[in-house]
Amino acid sequence: MEGFGVNFAFWTLSAVTLGAAGGVVVSRNLLHAVLFLILAFIGVAGFFVLLSAEFIAMAQVIIYVGAISVLVLFAVLLTPRAGRDNGETAMALPALLLAIAVATVFIFVVNDTNWTTVAKSPELATAELGTALLSTWVLPFELASVLLTAALVGAIMLVRSREEEAEDALA
Amino acid sequence: MTLELEHFLTVGALLFSLGLFVALSKRNAIGVLMGVELMLNAVNLTLLSFSRFSVSERPVAGQTFVVFVITVAAAEAAVALALAVSVYRNRQTVDIDRINLLKS
Repeated sequence: MEGFGVNFAFWTLSAVTLGAAGGVVVSRNLLHAVLFLILAFIGVAGFFVLLSAEFIAMAQVIIYVGAISVLVLFAVLLTPRAGRDNGETAMALPALLLAIAVATVFIFVVNDTNWTTVAKSPELATAELGTALLSTWVLPFELASVLLTAALVGAIMLVRSREEEAEDALA
Repeated sequence: MTLELEHFLTVGALLFSLGLFVALSKRNAIGVLMGVELMLNAVNLTLLSFSRFSVSERPVAGQTFVVFVITVAAAEAAVALALAVSVYRNRQTVDIDRINLLKS
């Protein structure tokens, strides 16, 4: 991948994504942290476009930016007396050391390995992804729908209030 | 400057490490979940980088994997946030230092 546009997009997206992830770490207000998280999701979606995975990028915008971040915002707003503080526990220093160690190992391995790469993007149409999902990987595809249904029912059961349960018991 | 696989993998590794730090260090349970979401995004970025740059007979496999990772992440987020709300109902807090009923 070369050319000014691609380079500019890559470095801008890197700065936005990693900066937003850093914002999640340092912001003291939990709501600000959620907003930084949304920005990080958008940056990752930009990377997906750069890696010629347009469908995944759209799915990322719809599912992460549209659904999961709203879910996180709801969870923050539904726990009002818990405080908006986004502070660290006593494990912050060991966690920081572990994170730095993990980053060091990953970056060393990434740069030390002699990757066999192709220069040109494998031309992938979204139609191919759809065909693969409904032919080769149709069983995991159906299992995913079962998993989503189970998660949906489980989430509804978990957040039901006692009054609602009592009403259902009477009915 | 030519962008190589290493550039994307490095961004993925840094994003994963930031997510790991958030997940391990935040006091608020919802903050921990945000760290997990960051880590999942970093993994998706790594998978797609390999899908784009690797020599493969079936290049669509990487993208398919990412679709499933996003699906499972959505299910995980729904259940985990429901758990956080449920814990808040019973204990009036989502501070993981104060959710210690099983501690003797």
